[in-house]
Amino acid sequence: MRGLEIENLTVRVAGRNVVEGLNLKVPAGEVHAIMGPNGTGKSSLSKAIAGHPDYSIAGGRVLLDGEDIVGLAPDAISKKGFFLAFQYPVSIPGVSIANFIRACLNARMPEGEKINPVEYYKELYAKMDELKMDRSFTTRSVNDGFSGGEKKRCDILQMLMLNPKFAILDETDSGLDIDALRIVADGVNSARSPERGMLLITHYHRLLEYVKPDMVHVMSGGRIVKSGGAELAVELEKTGYDFLKD
Amino acid sequence: MAESLDNVHSELNLDRSVGDFSFAEDYAYDAGVGLNEDVVKYISGVKREDPWILEFRLKALKAFESMKNPTHWASKKLDELDFSKIRFYLAKGAKKTRSWDEVPEDVKKTFERLGVPEQERAFLAGVEAQFDSESAYSNMKSHLEKDGVIFVDSTEGLMKYPEIFRKYFGKVIPISDNKYSALNSAVFSGGSFIYVPKGVKVKQPLQAYFRINAESFGQFERTLIIADEGAELMYMEGCTAPKFETGTLHSAVVELVALKGAKIQYVTVQNWSDNVFNLVTKRGVAEEGAQIRWIDCNIGSGITMKYPAVVLKGRESRGEVISIALANKKQHQDTGAKMMHLADSTTSNIVSKSVSISDGRASYRGMVYMPRGVSKCKNNTVCDALLINSNSRTDTYPAVICSGQNNSVQHEASVSKVSEEQIFYMRQRGLSESEAMSLSVNGFVNDLVREFPMEYSVELRRLIELQMEGSVG
Repeated sequence: MRGLEIENLTVRVAGRNVVEGLNLKVPAGEVHAIMGPNGTGKSSLSKAIAGHPDYSIAGGRVLLDGEDIVGLAPDAISKKGFFLAFQYPVSIPGVSIANFIRACLNARMPEGEKINPVEYYKELYAKMDELKMDRSFTTRSVNDGFSGGEKKRCDILQMLMLNPKFAILDETDSGLDIDALRIVADGVNSARSPERGMLLITHYHRLLEYVKPDMVHVMSGGRIVKSGGAELAVELEKTGYDFLKD
Repeated sequence: MAESLDNVHSELNLDRSVGDFSFAEDYAYDAGVGLNEDVVKYISGVKREDPWILEFRLKALKAFESMKNPTHWASKKLDELDFSKIRFYLAKGAKKTRSWDEVPEDVKKTFERLGVPEQERAFLAGVEAQFDSESAYSNMKSHLEKDGVIFVDSTEGLMKYPEIFRKYFGKVIPISDNKYSALNSAVFSGGSFIYVPKGVKVKQPLQAYFRINAESFGQFERTLIIADEGAELMYMEGCTAPKFETGTLHSAVVELVALKGAKIQYVTVQNWSDNVFNLVTKRGVAEEGAQIRWIDCNIGSGITMKYPAVVLKGRESRGEVISIALANKKQHQDTGAKMMHLADSTTSNIVSKSVSISDGRASYRGMVYMPRGVSKCKNNTVCDALLINSNSRTDTYPAVICSGQNNSVQHEASVSKVSEEQIFYMRQRGLSESEAMSLSVNGFVNDLVREFPMEYSVELRRLIELQMEGSVG
């Protein structure tokens, strides 16, 4: 299958299972959302898929376009076409956004080849216009001294530039005011394509008012406990997660 | 960035692997091994110096012999230096030339491999290239000569222009300032003597290139730069040596004099091989309204001890030290700055960044001095250290003496480690662990690298990448 398939995944952190026997399929071209209360393993799931060394995969498979990516280095997973927009993007003082993205693109080129700088800037500026970003934005150091909204925009810009096959956006809506939320939502919507699958991890219904998901999954206790259409998100907004206690 | 720079044409080629070659030795003048009065007399004789210079040298030799290695505060490694095994003077005996074609073949090949002639054509106002003890080539754009600018080596400077240079020679840094300034004063050879007349602003940088070619050799260049009232210049120096089995000593003395309203910027990119002892004394005196800036980068050497200083002698003078140190495996970069505020309303700024890799050690030693009687002086010191591995080491030894009225001193220091979350973030975007590390380090020093002239900053970034290779795992 093209897209992301997670089969019976178990993730351990510090000797504890934080994801346990999780199954999920997100075909290319679709946008799914995972919702659920805090501490149910949503962020652990995304970090484990990205290959974070602290999140060990104790069982199961993660297939990206049919290829198992479990056990690969984070940069190898990235180069396979997987992108993670972080819940808390990290700052890299002294490294400009433009140089950073360029280095990331060059890392994808065959040995000894570079991207053309003129073409690169043309594309970068086009994407920035799409996201209504000021040109001066990319001269700033990556996430250094950024507001919550700016950090998320910076991640969205990277996603558009790196053009992944599949992206997980981890709580990309948290800590955003309404304008910033719209910008992120516009970015996600413009990244939607028949070629690309996306998984939004979110705590609230808010983002889903702007990005209409094909499916909504509820995660609890390290696994998916309920799945449904976009209307499930609306329902959860009204009833909360109390049903999980039953 | 990490990627985008590898194929940038490197104009300086300070990369150690590139500098790691040497030609067979055939020296016409060789002072032999070890140090005594005869060696000093030999050097002075070869140079046909005036008697006052020989006297100065002999006095310095006595001072050197009577002074102890400063191992009570500095690294014990200094005791590994065996002066009886070092060669203090080596020269080809060929006349220094102004044309590359006349430079002896092997010397020419050396500097061509290091990219010196192209660089001169590209962006420099003048070049001096020193091979072991003596300057092999020296040239300056002719319009500067018409303006009265003097740019020669120390021997020629003392011989031809005593009325200009003798007045300041050994005055900024007296013979007995420290054991190694005394040593340099006894056996100095080569280095640049520069005079920029009143009001002349030299737009392009003047450069010196120091090359050690022989094993167990000591290089003792002596540099004196005088910027007359309102004059301005930038001077740059680069240094390389091949890697030998035994230790090599580089011990320079650099004196700067900035007269009223003058500006001197002194840029160093030090990339000696890692068995060089680099023990250098650098100091400038700034008269009223003058500015002296040391821009210093230490990447090579086994141990460097260097604390560029500015004596703020005139009102409203300004001193600055911008310093980057990279201490890799087995290296100790012991660097810092000294600011002596001896007049009112003087200001100084020190920014030091160090990166320690593997078991490398970076130390910062600072001295800010504002004695009683001066007022309205300001100092700002920022001192940041980055540790790469768990066995990397950094130390900070700031000394501040602040008496007097309305003076202000500010000292900020930080130590950080490259965070795993930062590396993971970058790897998630496709960079390998060492590319991520290299980008992170480049980012850390980026604001200081920008202070270097373009040609140097490109080279510096590339050198930093080379140093970061293999630093992980």
